[in-house]
Amino acid sequence: MLLKLLFRNAFRHRLRTLLTIGGIAVAILAFGLLRTVISAWYSGVESSSASRLVTRNAISLIFPLPISYKEKIRSVDGVGVVSYGNWFGGVYIDEKNFFANFAVEPRTYFDLYSEYLLTDDETAAFFRERKACVAGQKLARRFGWNVGDIISLRGTIFPGNWDFVLRGIYQGKDKTIDENQFFFHWDYLNETIKKISARRADQVGFYMIGLKRPDQAAATAEAVDGLFKNSYAETLTETEKAFQMSFVSMSEAIITVIQLVSYVIIVIIMAVVANTMAMSVRERMGEYAVFKTLGFGRGYLSGLILGESLTLTSIGGLLGIGVTFPAAGAFGQAVGQFFPVFHVSAKTILMDMAAAAIVGIVAAVIPIWRVVQVRIAEGLGRIG
Amino acid sequence: MPSKHMAVIEITDLVKSYRRGNQSIPVLEHLFLKIEEGEFLALMGPSGSGKSTLLNLIAGLDQVDSGSIRVGGEEITGLSEIELATWRAGHVGFIFQFYNLIPVLTAFENVELPLMLTGLSKKARKAHVATALSLVNLQDRVDHYPRQLSGGQQQRVAIARAVVTDPTILVADEPTGDLDRHSAEEVLRLMDQLCSELGKTIVMVTHDPRAARKAHTLKYLEKGVLTDAPQIAVPECL
Amino acid sequence: MNLLFFYSLRNLLTRRLTTALTALGMALVVFVFAAIIMLAEGLQKTLVDTGSYSNVVVIRKSSGSEVQSGIDRLQASVVETQQEISMGQDGKQMIAKEMVVLITMEKQESSSRSNVVIRGVSETSLSLRPQVHILAGRLPQPGSSEIMVGKSIAKGFKGAGLGEALVFAMRSWRVVGIFDAGSTGYSSEIWGDVNQLMPAFRRPVYSSILFNLRNAGEFEAVQSRIQNDPRLTLEAKRETVYYKEQSEAMATFLRILGLSLTLVFSIGAVVGAMITMYAAVATRTGEIGTLRALGFRQSAILTAFLLESLLLGAIGGCTGLFFASFLQLLTVSTTNFQTFSELAFSFALTAGIVIKSLSFSLIMGFAGGVLPAFRASRMNIIAALREA
Repeated sequence: MLLKLLFRNAFRHRLRTLLTIGGIAVAILAFGLLRTVISAWYSGVESSSASRLVTRNAISLIFPLPISYKEKIRSVDGVGVVSYGNWFGGVYIDEKNFFANFAVEPRTYFDLYSEYLLTDDETAAFFRERKACVAGQKLARRFGWNVGDIISLRGTIFPGNWDFVLRGIYQGKDKTIDENQFFFHWDYLNETIKKISARRADQVGFYMIGLKRPDQAAATAEAVDGLFKNSYAETLTETEKAFQMSFVSMSEAIITVIQLVSYVIIVIIMAVVANTMAMSVRERMGEYAVFKTLGFGRGYLSGLILGESLTLTSIGGLLGIGVTFPAAGAFGQAVGQFFPVFHVSAKTILMDMAAAAIVGIVAAVIPIWRVVQVRIAEGLGRIG
Repeated sequence: MPSKHMAVIEITDLVKSYRRGNQSIPVLEHLFLKIEEGEFLALMGPSGSGKSTLLNLIAGLDQVDSGSIRVGGEEITGLSEIELATWRAGHVGFIFQFYNLIPVLTAFENVELPLMLTGLSKKARKAHVATALSLVNLQDRVDHYPRQLSGGQQQRVAIARAVVTDPTILVADEPTGDLDRHSAEEVLRLMDQLCSELGKTIVMVTHDPRAARKAHTLKYLEKGVLTDAPQIAVPECL
Repeated sequence: MNLLFFYSLRNLLTRRLTTALTALGMALVVFVFAAIIMLAEGLQKTLVDTGSYSNVVVIRKSSGSEVQSGIDRLQASVVETQQEISMGQDGKQMIAKEMVVLITMEKQESSSRSNVVIRGVSETSLSLRPQVHILAGRLPQPGSSEIMVGKSIAKGFKGAGLGEALVFAMRSWRVVGIFDAGSTGYSSEIWGDVNQLMPAFRRPVYSSILFNLRNAGEFEAVQSRIQNDPRLTLEAKRETVYYKEQSEAMATFLRILGLSLTLVFSIGAVVGAMITMYAAVATRTGEIGTLRALGFRQSAILTAFLLESLLLGAIGGCTGLFFASFLQLLTVSTTNFQTFSELAFSFALTAGIVIKSLSFSLIMGFAGGVLPAFRASRMNIIAALREA
C-alpha cells in the first residue's frame, strides 16, 4: 500500500515528475561518462602487468640507452626475458590520426606481452620479414587496414618516409587491453638510421624486463639501476604500473578538474530534485497535517517523503545508467585516439547508483524537516 | 453624448452553448436584454443557470455563438481576441468574488495596473489612482500588500481598480460572496454610490439577497430564460 | 512597462527557496562553462604571449616541436647567413642557436614527477626575448655550470630554489638566478649556457634557432628561402605561430571537453528552470486570468513569464561568473600533450568570456521559460479565472 501511495504521489504532477526524472537521467549519464573518462585515463595503469619492469634513461624519456645494456641487464638475478624498443612517433598521413607506434625487438616483446594475441601464421610472418609491422584490431578497423597492406609513416624523431607491410592484426586478451598500438622491427629502424646518421644508431628508448618472480620487483629494479649508476646513461627502472602512472600524473591537474566537475553535476541535479520535492511537499502540506491528525508519526511521514524522493531518483538513475552504455560506445568512437580503452566499468555503475541514492536522500531533507516541524493547525490552514 | 435614457448595453437574440466532448449543451437561447445608462442591475438565479456566462459575454471575456451585444453603442461580438482585450481595458471594470488582486503588487500598484494599458504619463496615472483610492476611502493603506489587508479592504481596492479607467460599465460577480456582514454592507454602499453619484452602469451577479436589495433592477435567469420575477421562491433571510 | 518588470522580479523574490535552488543550478553550469573556457584561454594566452611577431623559430622539418628537432652545425651556419636578420646594439646578429631537452623533476607538493624543459641558450637569447627579466639572483656566467630557473619551476619543483643545485647529466648545476617571464611558457623552463649543456647531454646538434627580423614584413622571403634550400631540411615559423600551434591540441581538447560538458549540464539546469516556471504558472493561474480580463494581451503575459525566467538565468549567470572570476587566483600546472613538457598557466577572464557566459545563462533561462510562458499566455480566460 505504501509503495502504491509513493508511486501515485510521485506521478501526481506528471509533467513535473517527467522533467525531474529526465534531468536525473541526464545527470547520471553525464556523471557516468565523466567517471568512464577518468578510468580510461588510468586504463594503461589498470592493464599493467605486475611481472614486467620498464627501464629508461634516468634524465628523461627523450634520452636513449645504449643497446649494449641488454646483456648486462640479462645478467641480473631475477631477470627473465629482456626486450627493448623505441617510441617512433611517426605520423600517419596527418597529425590528427595520432596513434602510438613503436620499433621493438619482436620475439622478446611479444613473449613479454602475451596479452597481444596473434595467429601463428601472423606471428611467423611478422618475425620473418624485416619491414613487417603489426597493428591492433581497433587501429586497423579505424583506418580500414588489411593484412598485406603497405602502411607509410612520416618520421618526426627519425625523419623520412618509412614504409611497412602489415603482417598481423592483434587482439587483446580482454577488454582492458589497448588495441590501438603499432609495432615494427627495431632492426629495420636501427639499420636505416645507421646509414643516415651513425651516431644515433644502436640506441634504444626503453628496455622491458620480464620478472622471474614478481614479488622481487623492487629488489630487481634496484639491482638493474645499480649496474649503471654513475655512468653516462643512468637508468631508472620501475614496474610497468609505476611507469604508466607517471604518464597519468602528468595530467593530474586535468584529471582533478574532471573529477571535481563530475561532482558538480551531481550537485546541480540535487538542487533540481530538492526544488521539485520542496514544491510537491509545500502543495500537500495540508494533507500531511491530516496524516498527523490521523495519528501517523514523524517516522512514517519522513519515510513517505524520502520514499517519494528515492522513487524519482531511482527511476531517473536507472534510465541514465541504461543510456550510459550506448552513449559510452559513441563517445569512445569519437575520442578513440585519446583514450584507446573506453568502456564502462562495474565500479562506475556502482558510483552511479550511489549518486542517485545520495541525491534522493539529500533532496528530501528540507521537505522532511518542514513537514515534521509544522503544527497541525498551521498545516491544515494551508489547504486552498 | 448619450442621454440618460439610452441603452448602454443592448443584447439581441443571444445564443450560447457549451461544448462537452461532441455534445453541445445550450446555456443561453435567444436572449434579449436592454440595460440603461446608470442602471444597477442584479442578476439572480439557480446555479448553472448561465448568469456568469451572460456576465462574461457582456464583459467581452467570451464569444457568442450567434446574436449581437452592443456596449456603449459598439458591437463587440465580432471582435478578435486582441481587439477585445483593448476594448475591455477601456470600457469594463471588474469586481470579483475573491477580489483577484495581484499579491506581489501594493494596493496602489494594483489600482495603477489597468492604467498601464493607456498612454498616460506617470504623473497622470498617480493622479487617477489617488482619486480612485480616495473614492473608496483607502488613502492611508496605499503601500500595503493584499495579504496585509482585510477582505473588505481588499474588495475596496478592487473597486478602485475597477473605476480608475472610468469604464463604460462595471461587472461584478458575487462581490459580497466572501465578505462578512459589515464589509458587505460597506461594499454595497460604495457600489450604490458609484451608480447614483457617478452615473456608472453596474451589472451584478449575486446569490446574496442583501445585494439584490441594493440594486435598482432585478432579473432572474432560469434555464437560459430571462424573467422579471423568480419562478422559484427566493428565501427572504436577513 | 516598469510595473511589468517589478511584477516579474517580485514574483521571483517571493518564492525564495525555489528561486535560489533554480538559480544555483544555473550558476553552477555557468561556473563550469566559464572555468573551462577561461582555462583554454589562459593556456593559449600563455603560449601566444611567449612568442614575438618579429621573431622566427627554425626547427627541423616535420619534427613538430623543438624537443624532437635536430639542426647540425652546418645547417645552422647556413641560416646565419640570412640577410634579413636584424643587428643588435653590439653589432652582432640577433640570432641564437639553442638546445632543448627534457628532464624529469620531482614536484614540490606531491612526489609525482614531470618533464621540465632545459634550454641551452646563448648571449643573444635574452635580448631576443624582452619579456624575460631576472627576479632574483643573476644571470649564469657563460662557460660555467650555472643555471637559472623560471619562477614556476622554482616554486613548483624540489631542489630548484636559489642557491640550490640540480644534478643531471652527471654534473651538478647551481641555480644562481630566478627569472620571470610573465605568464609565458618560459616561466616553466630552466636556462643554462648552450655550450656547457650540449656536451653534458652529449648532443652535437642544436634543437632550434631563433632570430629577429630587421623588418617583420620580410618573413615570407626568409621562410621560402630556408624551406626551399636543398642543403637544408628545415622549416621556419613566426614565433607567435609556433607557440600557438604548440597549444592547439590541448586548447582544442579543453574547449571540446568544456562545451560538451556544459551542454549536458545545462540540460539539468534548464529542466530545473522549467519545473520552477511551470509551477509558477500553475500557482498564478487565477492571476493570469485577472490580468487578461483587465485587458492585458496574451503577448504581455508571455513577456512577463519569459522575463521572469530570463531574470533567473541572469541571476544564475552573474553568480556563476562572480565565483569563476576568483579562479584567476589559481595556477594550473600540467603537461602539455604536444610538447610533452611542463607548463604552468592560469585562468584568464576576458570580456568575451563574460559576454559568452551571460548569454549562455540567458539562453538557459529562455529555454526553461519559453514553454511555460506559452502555456500561461494561451490559457482560456474564463477557465483561469475560475481558479482564483
